[in-house]
Amino acid sequence: MSEAAQEKNKRKFRSAKRMREIMTEYYIDAKSAGQTGKKVAWITSGGPVEPLIVMDAIPVYPENYGAMIGASHMGGDLCEKAEALGYSTDLCSYARADIACAREDGGPIGGLPRPDMLICCNNICGTVLKWYEVQARYFGVPLFIFDTPFCHTEFPDVARKYVRSQLDEYVSFLEQTCKKDFDMNRSMEVGRLSLEGQRLWQAVLDTAARRPAPMTAFDAFFFLALIVTLRGTQTVVDFYQELLSEMKERIEQGIGAIENERYRILWDNLPIWYRLKWLSDTFASHGASLVADTYTTAWCGSMKYIDENNFFDSMAEAYTRIYLNIGIDEMEKSILSMIDKYEVDGVVMHSNRSCKPYSFGQYDIQRAIQERKGIPCMMLESHMTDERSFSQSQAQTRIDAFMEMIRQQKG
Amino acid sequence: MEELNDFTFASDNPHQYAGALKEQGRSILGYLCSYTPEEIIHAAGIHPLRLFGKKGDTGLADRHLQSYCCSLVRGALADALKGNLDYLDGAVFPHTCDTIQRLSDIWRLNTRFRFFADVVLPVKLNSPSALRYLEDVLRKFRKDLEEGFRVKITDEGLARSIHTYNEVRTLLKGLSETHAAHPGVLSARDLHSVVKGSMVLDRNELGPKLARLAGVLEAKRSNESNTRKRVMLAGSVCDHPDIYPMLERSGAEVVWEDLCTGARYFEGTISEEGDPIAAIAKRYFERIICPAKHTSITARGENLVKQAREHGVQGVVFLLLKFCDPHGFDYPYLKEFLDEGGIPSMLLEIEESLPAEGQLLTRFETFVQMME
Ligand code: SF4
Ligand code: SF4
Repeated sequence: MSEAAQEKNKRKFRSAKRMREIMTEYYIDAKSAGQTGKKVAWITSGGPVEPLIVMDAIPVYPENYGAMIGASHMGGDLCEKAEALGYSTDLCSYARADIACAREDGGPIGGLPRPDMLICCNNICGTVLKWYEVQARYFGVPLFIFDTPFCHTEFPDVARKYVRSQLDEYVSFLEQTCKKDFDMNRSMEVGRLSLEGQRLWQAVLDTAARRPAPMTAFDAFFFLALIVTLRGTQTVVDFYQELLSEMKERIEQGIGAIENERYRILWDNLPIWYRLKWLSDTFASHGASLVADTYTTAWCGSMKYIDENNFFDSMAEAYTRIYLNIGIDEMEKSILSMIDKYEVDGVVMHSNRSCKPYSFGQYDIQRAIQERKGIPCMMLESHMTDERSFSQSQAQTRIDAFMEMIRQQKG
Repeated sequence: MEELNDFTFASDNPHQYAGALKEQGRSILGYLCSYTPEEIIHAAGIHPLRLFGKKGDTGLADRHLQSYCCSLVRGALADALKGNLDYLDGAVFPHTCDTIQRLSDIWRLNTRFRFFADVVLPVKLNSPSALRYLEDVLRKFRKDLEEGFRVKITDEGLARSIHTYNEVRTLLKGLSETHAAHPGVLSARDLHSVVKGSMVLDRNELGPKLARLAGVLEAKRSNESNTRKRVMLAGSVCDHPDIYPMLERSGAEVVWEDLCTGARYFEGTISEEGDPIAAIAKRYFERIICPAKHTSITARGENLVKQAREHGVQGVVFLLLKFCDPHGFDYPYLKEFLDEGGIPSMLLEIEESLPAEGQLLTRFETFVQMME
């Protein structure tokens, strides 16, 4: 093996293989639900999945699938098909790709398994409401809407009451659709595992605060899939325990995620799925490691609201006060504290045409970062799963200029 | 028609009108959405004013909003930042779309009006718990207003405001029905000014003004036959009055509007019995919904076809603002419902201003020729 190849090998994660295995098993399981008689529920990425696990239903995430579509460069083609169906190019590219996929059986792994029910939690956006309505009309299956009032500045008691009562409605919906009782004891166990999974995921992300960072946001984008799709299971806990020890080993051996980490960057918003490799190489060529991001943190960001001894009830608050369902001043606070925690030298904001709740307000946050932290902050615009919307040459110029600013500032 | 003058003036010069009202000592609250509980604002003695947003130079808003934000929100923010709304005491933001959620934050953090309120309505309007929550939110808003303006909003006051609004909505609906039945008596453009003007004019004087207008039209009601094709507008809001004469020139008459500046504003009255807050909440549950809310997965499609049938509509023009997600997602299915009902439709996506006149006329003419 050449030295360069050895270098590269050293940086590979052995957990990546296990992760692929788990995801493959999971999709096989989901796709063979028809034979095994398990119910398949499509659910939004920020939705309360734990009750589904309790019911032995298989949660399927169109958004996770959207990421896969993006990463395999199938987004542009699928989005175009959605446009032919009348969906505007300005709509979320996950939604467009998924809508087209459902009608085509196209896309990676031959499409998602047909849903028996749809669970839509609007804590991430209003888009999912419309998207799930489209799919409910298409598949003709029951749709449950878990409505989480927006917390601009507060989470008032009246909202808490409303969300809490929907948890009961959710359970009855599941009992009806799955034709069996909800087991509260099992629910406690699933809750414990979910919280444990979130803790471990946070611990994994925390390791990137070390210098050099043992992992980058690009790795986090990859390893994220499990906390999204399978939280509440032992598999997730075991996996992240393993991943955490791998990170610790890397820290001990001083293995950084990139060679010669000189600068540390924070990423905001969803990944640009079809350009991950290019972005990662481009930043690495500048000695810049993307040590943290606001997106993958969202799946452990509301742990503080979870009551370990009463997971079920506390889901109401934990699922309402998540990152996208709060005011931009609160988002700003959380970004500013991440800048300190991970000691970053600059921030890259993905201005994501697909995701308005994530993107509008970025200009205000950008100014706050520059004023309060005095570090450069750049914007890259795209639709995260529609590669037709991205100009690589323009991005290259911008990234070069941004890195030059950091170099001048930091030396 | 002299009875139209106030409406046309208010609709064309909302800032001038509201500024003058302010000088008379009235408090004014701006809003952007037909889910704003105006009755409660009115009962507090405050004037509710629908904001339509500036057109043209929106430079100041561009510092806060990316290029892919709808013109309504960008325009409203530009107005606020430019000082065009300095007569406002504040603004109210009901939960609507994602863009409005973020506008609310940006507004709260970058403007200096003395009052601000989010009214975080439920998104689903079809469950008992959502109804309870909606009532709770309305009660909280009532309290916020009481504290913010140091007033007492009594049940009696609310009942009076509800009555005022019932009268206004009934009259607006009546005028729209008259226009639909006899398109000759009031042009669609004038009707547009009446509806828009009604969101600007002093509500205390509105009832009599509308009643006078209705009286005049009643007398004018003719049996002249109008040979133009009957068209309905569907979408978010219409703030482009030029579209009406253009459609007329193309041989079509707008007879009904499923818009926030149309039926969604005036449909549904509020019960004048019992708890006023519960009654207001109930109207939102029963009124035709906007796409940012949910009752059933086919409610809007069925309603659109029903409205088209009721008003003898021969074609539908979808008037959508570019970058508007809720309406964008509904469009394909609404079109499908119309197709199945044998009603042709066309899509007009508006960025900030209407497309060039020649081009638009050609599109309208082609569409009109297709109609039965
Ligand atoms: S709009 Fe944003 S949060 Fe909503 S589905 Fe799309 S990417 Fe996810
Ligand atoms: S036009 Fe659409 S995007 Fe704009 S404020 Fe209205 S609902 Fe929101």
